[in-house]
Amino acid sequence: MNTDEYKKIVDRLTPKENKSKNALLAFFIGGLVGVFAEGIVSILIHCFALSRTEAYLWTCLIVILISCFFTALGFFDNWVTKAKAGLILPTTGFAHSVTSAAFDYKRDGFITGIGANVFKLAGSVILYGILSAFFFAILGVIFYG
Amino acid sequence: MNFLSAFLFAGGACFFAQLILDNTKLTPGHVTSIFTILGAFLGFLGLYDKFIAFAGGGATTIISNFGYVLYKGAYLGFQEQGIIGLFAGLLTKGSCAIVGAVVFSFIFVLIFKPRD
Repeated sequence: MNTDEYKKIVDRLTPKENKSKNALLAFFIGGLVGVFAEGIVSILIHCFALSRTEAYLWTCLIVILISCFFTALGFFDNWVTKAKAGLILPTTGFAHSVTSAAFDYKRDGFITGIGANVFKLAGSVILYGILSAFFFAILGVIFYG
Repeated sequence: MNFLSAFLFAGGACFFAQLILDNTKLTPGHVTSIFTILGAFLGFLGLYDKFIAFAGGGATTIISNFGYVLYKGAYLGFQEQGIIGLFAGLLTKGSCAIVGAVVFSFIFVLIFKPRD
């Protein structure tokens, strides 16, 4: 069997997912996460007299706390599998990846397990975030002074 | 009104992310990295400030905001301290997400048992 035939068979046997349904679900769930965050921002501004900037930071932290907690309780994995990009793209996905990596490698110990693997999934976001931010900041300095 | 724009912005971003996931061979790791880089790029263009003004929490909750705050930290770091500020300032504003995720994960991993 040559590679082309093999590829055809793989393509045929890969389960087809309903793409438009997935995208609409991601839109809806992601939108709800956005509304939830904006709700916390409003509460913090009106009830705790925070500035908008501080409220964004607190909201970021609260969203991360909730997703870490839900991941620790175990049911967030299913939510992420179902909602896909709707929960992966928000900060919930970042927190989820860190927490689930910590849990997955707990049995390998604190250093070689958790320590070595906690950024296994979130590491690429941090790495390329830092690199791109550094690069664009230099461009920003050149362009805007 | 704010809530509607938060819904549309966050939802729209997730919509495109899902389209990329479904129509290419890229993994969630690729997609989140791409959106982070995109956030830094939009921050450079000055567009992400406008997105946050438009969508509020909807714009600060998606991962692109992480790229944006890293860019902002490095850029403002340079304004305050020069070249060393690029290095010293980059993580200042993005610190919240990383530290939060690490601290909460570690607390929970100590308290809860891993699932199989």
